[in-house]
Amino acid sequence: MAAAFLQISWRTAFSRLKGADPLLCYALGAVIVFGLVVLHSAVDGNGPLFRAQVLRLLLGVLALAVAAQFPPTFYLRWAPWLYFAVLLLLLLVFIGGVTVKGAARWLELPGLVRFQPSELTKLALPMMIAWYFHDRPLPPTFKDVVVTLALIVLPVTCIMMQPDLGTAILVLVAGVSVILLAGISWRWIGWATVGGAALVPLMWYGLKEYQRQRIITLFDPESDPLGAGWSIIQSNTAIGSGGFFGKGLGLGTQSQLEFLPESHTDFIIAVVGEELGFLGIVSLLALYMAIVGRVLFIAAQTHHTFSRLLAGALALVFFVSLFVNIAMVAGMLPVVGVPLPLVSYGGTSVITLLAGFGIIMSIQSHKSW
Amino acid sequence: MAPSLRIKDRHAEHKAFVSRALVLFAIAAGMALVLVIRMVQLQVWQHDVYRTRSDENRISVQPLAPARGIIYDRNGVPLAENRPIFSLGLVRERIGDLDRFIAELAEVVSLDRDDVEGFEERLMRRRRPFEPIPLKLSLTEDEIAALAVNRHRFVGAEVEARLARYYPFGELMAHPVGSVRRVSDEDLGGLDPVRYSATRFIGRRGVEQFYESSLHGNIGSRRVETDAHGRVRRVLDVSLPEAGQNITLHLDSRLQVAAVAALSHRRGAIVALDTQSGGVLAMVSNPSYDPNLFVSGVSRGQYNAWLNSRDKPLFDRAINGQYAPGSTFKPVVAIAALAHGLVDWEEEILDRGSFRLPGGERIYRDWSWQIDDSGGQGIVNLNRAIYRSSNVYFYHLGTRLHIDQLAETARQLGLGRVTSVDLAGASPGLVPDPVWKRGAKGEPWYPGDNVNLSIGQGDLLVTPLQVASAAAVIANRGRWVRPRMLLASDGPLTEADPPPPMAPFEGLSPEDWERLVNAMEAVIHRGNQGYRQNGTAWAYIGRGLGYRMAGKSGTAQVVEIAQGEEYDEELLDEYSRKHAWFVAFAPADDPVIAVSVLVENGGGGSSVAGPVAREVIDAYLLPRIARR
Repeated sequence: MAAAFLQISWRTAFSRLKGADPLLCYALGAVIVFGLVVLHSAVDGNGPLFRAQVLRLLLGVLALAVAAQFPPTFYLRWAPWLYFAVLLLLLLVFIGGVTVKGAARWLELPGLVRFQPSELTKLALPMMIAWYFHDRPLPPTFKDVVVTLALIVLPVTCIMMQPDLGTAILVLVAGVSVILLAGISWRWIGWATVGGAALVPLMWYGLKEYQRQRIITLFDPESDPLGAGWSIIQSNTAIGSGGFFGKGLGLGTQSQLEFLPESHTDFIIAVVGEELGFLGIVSLLALYMAIVGRVLFIAAQTHHTFSRLLAGALALVFFVSLFVNIAMVAGMLPVVGVPLPLVSYGGTSVITLLAGFGIIMSIQSHKSW
Repeated sequence: MAPSLRIKDRHAEHKAFVSRALVLFAIAAGMALVLVIRMVQLQVWQHDVYRTRSDENRISVQPLAPARGIIYDRNGVPLAENRPIFSLGLVRERIGDLDRFIAELAEVVSLDRDDVEGFEERLMRRRRPFEPIPLKLSLTEDEIAALAVNRHRFVGAEVEARLARYYPFGELMAHPVGSVRRVSDEDLGGLDPVRYSATRFIGRRGVEQFYESSLHGNIGSRRVETDAHGRVRRVLDVSLPEAGQNITLHLDSRLQVAAVAALSHRRGAIVALDTQSGGVLAMVSNPSYDPNLFVSGVSRGQYNAWLNSRDKPLFDRAINGQYAPGSTFKPVVAIAALAHGLVDWEEEILDRGSFRLPGGERIYRDWSWQIDDSGGQGIVNLNRAIYRSSNVYFYHLGTRLHIDQLAETARQLGLGRVTSVDLAGASPGLVPDPVWKRGAKGEPWYPGDNVNLSIGQGDLLVTPLQVASAAAVIANRGRWVRPRMLLASDGPLTEADPPPPMAPFEGLSPEDWERLVNAMEAVIHRGNQGYRQNGTAWAYIGRGLGYRMAGKSGTAQVVEIAQGEEYDEELLDEYSRKHAWFVAFAPADDPVIAVSVLVENGGGGSSVAGPVAREVIDAYLLPRIARR
């Protein structure tokens, strides 16, 4: 019985993947391969590090394949449960979290793995908001907006207090994207923008000292060339010195001689810029935009509100994370810990990200149900 | 409640979503375009700027310090050499809790407060990230081993090897050889910044100072590719440094050791010159200091102790100690009087032990009055006046001489001026004359000044080096050789040209010279002649001499407590006692060595300084005689 069941699910799984959107698959595959090539250069032949990332990607692809097996109705049914479970985990981080580099972000299952509940929130939150909207008439009413904003603020506050500003921003974007896609009126968006701008000075006082320093550094990296400004100066130097064609793979002096900090994690786009040049960055950016566009296209083709909002939100989070990362490395935004999706070394992010694409593929194969 | 009555219009919602998605994608595409424009700015427009900056990042020119020239004594024994030493530096960026790290490190490496304070001071200065900051300057073998074993515990602690100056003789040679000391900010003003860019130590005092530029050598450099941690990844090209010149000194380390032993614990100085060349064979100033401490780093406490010590270990008495010469000046007075025809060897004077200037009140006494308050030296001629050291006889000569004649002769014999070739910072001493006295004291020259001067007292000041050098001139019967340290070098040295040779002392006949030397021989060798008939030094050093020695004792009054010292009842006694002098050369008929000995507050010249001088000359001559 069990064997037969397994056989059947294998077959359906295979057919699902076969039916998966080819353009999205190719673009994802290309970005992953591109990322591995650059990472191999950035870690300078550090085998264990490279293998760890390959393993992580394999796990991510597995997560993608598994996530693609469940129909969108499954996610719809479980969305609220997942949301509150994640909220609980976020609170657990405060009680029993593991502190790394001064921030408590990790939960440890003894003997198993360490993972960041905040990463899971990037999926759970848009699912929750999309669940909230799925049977309500759209565009959302004022009350809907207030409720959904409350649903967003809860996890975002938890994550900010860890503190992990980068992830908090992305989670916020994930939630707000759903509201935007749900059709909130432009007038409200305008007011929200004005209000947000007014809050900027207040936020300044809410920031931690190191976060303020990063913002100061953004406008004047030379003010502290050996301290906070070091990363920006070195990353700009890396990108700029790469020129149009780059210095060649493995030949980037900024990254190979370790002038570039975090060259295999958050700052890996600088390695792309230095070693593969303008062409490398633009190619990668084109692949990213292809993914974003394709996912939005898939969303637009979908007939169910939940699927549509979820897929669209995931596309927007994906874009915002790559934009924030590249803009920060290029010295246009303050340094916040946002990895370059699918390329940066590390963490839970690759797995949750690919799981998210699994959900998108599920949505794609269940356009109407 | 109006909104809740609305019906879900799926078609309209879909349309609304599509338009939203399109708008948001357009915004995203616009933002992506902004990124592309930024990349064009960085990678195309400003590419040259950043390429230069990236090259500056990785390529640096490292100066390569030349190895300092080695200093040898005349027998080829190294007096100053270079040894690898291992210093410990910390890379701050690799260390978390610095205080705990240092505390744990202190279990393996001995660290004192000075080390840690110096480190913290250096930590505050501007530096490159990942540059190791020196914590301890020299590690012992055991400490290096212990660090190696515990390497895993001390990530961020780096041991660096380099060549450092080493003085195998330690205190024994500190004064003549000098030492290197850490280049200070003041030094940097006067140094060629390129040539000294890799140099951490500079010669101070002695030979190390005088021959600094030859010993230093020429700097090399290499262009290297370094990583952000300052570690060299690749050497692009190298121009090797040129080691400093090795130099050989006249110093004889065996004689130096013997001289130090002869002076023992007493404060004082010894200078031994090779009368043929003027080479300094031995030069002692006691107490001394260990010059190696300046290399490993003198603690503040130690340095202050040296500075504040009443015994002044850092002070080189041999060339900077300026003392009244006492009776060792008498041969100079004799030479002046002989040269100006104011005396001959036959003239006799009755020495009753006291002298009074015509019409004067003050009574000037012979040295013997304190001993047995009687009679003086009796009938005295120049010969007897020298070997008995008759003050009264020289009072007479002193009043006969015009002060300018005496001062002129003293200067011709090297007093009151620097005659040495290459002794860094040698003091000139002082030969007083009316011009000087008017200027310095605002007083005229009195006949009494002549009287004081004639027995080497008054304002006259000489250094042990000058006394030895004057003795060498007498030993050479008027022929001058300038005192010098350098015997030989690998090649020509860059230091300033040596001063021109000194003109020989004219004015004395060969016979005068012989009689003068004979009188000085009698100081030591004339013995068993009965009461007041022996040479002043015979009883102390004249017996059992295997060669002929000529010499003169001196006992100089310490007139006043030296400047800058506090009145201290307990110490006053010792530090206000007379200085003991002895000057000698040997063999008398064909001298090879001239020696001056000064024992501060030592008491009698013959009894205290005499035996020291003999020990030094014995140590030099006896092996030579035995070899023959």
